[in-house]
Amino acid sequence: MTTQPPQLKKKDFESDQQVRWCPGCGDYAILSSVQKTFAELGLRNEEVAVISGIGCAARFPYYVNSYGFHTIHGRAPALATGLKIARPDLSVWVVGGDGDMLSIGGNHLLHALRRNIDINIMCFDNRIYGLTKGQASPTSEFGKRTATTPMGSLDRPVNPISVALAAEGTFVARTADVFAPHLQAMLTAAAAHKGVAFIQILQNCIIFNDRAFAHVTDREAKNERVLYLEHGAPMIFGKEKDKGIRLVGNKPEVVRLGEDGITEKDILVHDETDESLAYMLSRLDPKDFPTPLGIFRRAGAPSLHEGYQAQFEQAKSKDGEGVILDLIHSGDVWDVK
Amino acid sequence: MEVGQSLAWGEGPGYHERPVMITKQLESLETVVIRFAGDSGDGMQITGTQFTNTSAVLGNDLATFPDFPAEIRAPAGTLPGVSGFQVHFSSTDIYTPGDDPDVLVAMNPAALKVNLKDLPRNGILILDTDAFDKRNLKKAGYESNPLEDGSLEGFRLFAIPLTSRTERALEDRDDLSKKEKTRCKNFYALGMTYWLFNRPLENTVTFLEKKFKKKPQFASANITAMRAGYAYCDASQEFQVRYEVAPAATEPGTYRNIMGNDALALGLVAASVRAGVPIFYGSYPITPASSVLHALAKYKNFGVATFQAEDEIAAVTSAIGASFGGKVGITGSSGPGIALKGEALGLATMVELPLVVINVQRAGPSTGMPTKTEQADLLQAMFGRNGEAPCPVLAPCSPGDCFEMAFEAFRIATKYMVPVFLLSDGYLANGAEPWKLPESMDELPACAVSYRTDPEDYLPYMRDETTLARPWVRPGTPGMQHRIGGIEKAEGTGNVSYDAENHQRMTDIRAEKVARIVAEVPDLEVFGPESGDLLVLGWGSTYGAIHAAMKIAHKDGKSVAQAHLRHLNPFPKNLGDVMKRYKKVICAEMNMGQLRMMLRDRFLVDVIGLNKVQGMPFRIREILTAIDEHTS
Repeated sequence: MTTQPPQLKKKDFESDQQVRWCPGCGDYAILSSVQKTFAELGLRNEEVAVISGIGCAARFPYYVNSYGFHTIHGRAPALATGLKIARPDLSVWVVGGDGDMLSIGGNHLLHALRRNIDINIMCFDNRIYGLTKGQASPTSEFGKRTATTPMGSLDRPVNPISVALAAEGTFVARTADVFAPHLQAMLTAAAAHKGVAFIQILQNCIIFNDRAFAHVTDREAKNERVLYLEHGAPMIFGKEKDKGIRLVGNKPEVVRLGEDGITEKDILVHDETDESLAYMLSRLDPKDFPTPLGIFRRAGAPSLHEGYQAQFEQAKSKDGEGVILDLIHSGDVWDVK
Repeated sequence: MEVGQSLAWGEGPGYHERPVMITKQLESLETVVIRFAGDSGDGMQITGTQFTNTSAVLGNDLATFPDFPAEIRAPAGTLPGVSGFQVHFSSTDIYTPGDDPDVLVAMNPAALKVNLKDLPRNGILILDTDAFDKRNLKKAGYESNPLEDGSLEGFRLFAIPLTSRTERALEDRDDLSKKEKTRCKNFYALGMTYWLFNRPLENTVTFLEKKFKKKPQFASANITAMRAGYAYCDASQEFQVRYEVAPAATEPGTYRNIMGNDALALGLVAASVRAGVPIFYGSYPITPASSVLHALAKYKNFGVATFQAEDEIAAVTSAIGASFGGKVGITGSSGPGIALKGEALGLATMVELPLVVINVQRAGPSTGMPTKTEQADLLQAMFGRNGEAPCPVLAPCSPGDCFEMAFEAFRIATKYMVPVFLLSDGYLANGAEPWKLPESMDELPACAVSYRTDPEDYLPYMRDETTLARPWVRPGTPGMQHRIGGIEKAEGTGNVSYDAENHQRMTDIRAEKVARIVAEVPDLEVFGPESGDLLVLGWGSTYGAIHAAMKIAHKDGKSVAQAHLRHLNPFPKNLGDVMKRYKKVICAEMNMGQLRMMLRDRFLVDVIGLNKVQGMPFRIREILTAIDEHTS
């Protein structure tokens, strides 16, 4: 009889490498939450593979005591797809920034999502290129002044959640670096999801784009301007739980409970299985609406590697276990005596 | 009445009733080249393949070469829409699909226009006169009808209304539309060539019955058309001579006709079975490499995982991911796709994981001529990555050799933990030849893969003393977690290192590792005298043409030898010595001098180039002309 090895602790997932992010970088908080979650999920070091692209966030694998691969710019989802098909037994986590995943690697993100490969994708979104020293990123705001856009960016930003939903993502969530319990809850839910999980993690770049998400993470904001999505619960927000989202026709609006006779019954209820609702939530403009955090969409669908396994088994039951000499000798063969 | 004359053959459906016997002559020939040419919708590839398979079963030696346009269906009747298939069959050993056809079957004016220049005087020309109408003549750019203007004089012309004869042979078939009937004309033509070269129809009958299992009316229609074509020649006075090509005296064994890409796929699977490690093939569709993906996708019962990636980059990176996971990652493409994979190939070099990279070369640059062959990606394979990133490079020399070299690429990749290039090309990919099949697994080289599982004293970048390979450790192995990546690695630990001396050392190690692969490379053998006036050096698919030319030159008493490279990096260790034994060295390649540049650089030998980029393989006479020029 084998004895169950003891559950690992957060520090067991810390590697011996010195962490080299800027002091105050949001990546530290994310790293800590990820290590803690891995331990709490009961994962063994050896069954985790962390795959990254290029950028500040992509240094992540070096700091986790697991198998890790720091690949090339934008390609982590593709490499992780190959790894997961080859090794469905591994828990595969992909790390990249907004530039890595939505610019140079946008194509791979799209296809990893639509294939529903069972990997967990963490997109650290700080709306700037950090490692190359402060250029506009695909999520930078229109008009943003950066090193490459001294008169303001002319590019309109992409919305990572909308993109992930459009790409048929079966688990699409948003959280923030500094909200450790929420972040860990999202990671845990992503790990439990059978299929691809995409988490946009709002992350502060203290050097090149400080306070990019102050409208979400400031003390006042997190109490009053964040909508925590919960499946089956009404979309009520605010420290006093006094505000909510109501649909008028198909347009959302912010209403105050208790005003104009509005009660909880009038408030929109979150449904993780409703794609249209998820998309509508992804479009809420922070100027007029709270920023939703949590799981926008969670839906069951067959995962890619399960499909591979099923076809392997189907082929073997139909044609039998492959015999190479028989295969070579198949077709129109003839003998010369 | 003259014999046979009154029986206008094919006038009625009763073609199967045997008419008056006509005595026909039977002549023996040693070797014949037939080219079938028609519209890309005329089924010339299937016609040629059927002739080939039937000849194979008869025991002829063979080589084939399909030549088809990139367009799936270019406008009917136009010059760009012409598709051809050349088959060379013989009672002696042959090495190429033949320089020029002895027989040209042209299904329309465009096919005649494109191909007639290759048909020697007195060659047999079979034409479908039904296709020579005003419209088709205009589309092919003929100002006058070659059937009438005397321009075909000097050829042994058989001008036959193939389309209407096919229709007539099927006139009692109410279950077929007119179009379905005329579409059988390629099998009518095939039947004629079967008669002409005294081939049995059975193989093709079996093939058609199998192919149209679910639509037996098409099987029977094509069979009827083929028999009608055969019977027409048998009865017609026009055809007085038929030819016999005896079986070749080939080495005893079991054979099958194989195209290069199919052989590649089988070689990879065979190596995978031998090593006991499944393969992962990541690829993006591209001509002429796609059929490797098609073939491997059928081998799921061997645990072969095929992944049609979203792009070339994902194709290679997914394969690297699979190799990281302990499977053997393989990616395949052609030149443009290899260009896109360049950065990832540098990564594979840096992380030292096994990877097989197949480049089925085509004419470039850029999109170039996708269906035409070339060997102009050698320097891309050698140097097409940023930084110092050497890779071993192998090149099969015939369709059958694709099996062996694919196996070898797998073996070297796993033994040395290195990405290996395999340079095939469009000619090998689609060309076919009889391939002698291995009878047992023992005929295949040993190919063992081991993963390290012992954490004691383990370092990710520790090295095997002989091969310099680092250990392959699969994720999931307890106590051996490690991180790899594209950033320079510290020797041993594999930690990130920007240390100047370490970078020099690691660069040297990566180069030395590839250099040591020379231990796997057999010494270069020469065909011909051990020393002399001239050495003709080639690599990859040019083997056949050079070899055939060599046999002729030897008969002419020339002091010339052939040496052929299947290993381009590292070179065989005796290559420099071999070149020194000849007064002159010619390097024949389908590029503008890429191997020649490597040879001159490496050995300071004044190698003479014989270069050609015309989308077609060398003709034997082109090699012979060069030999004549450089020998006394």
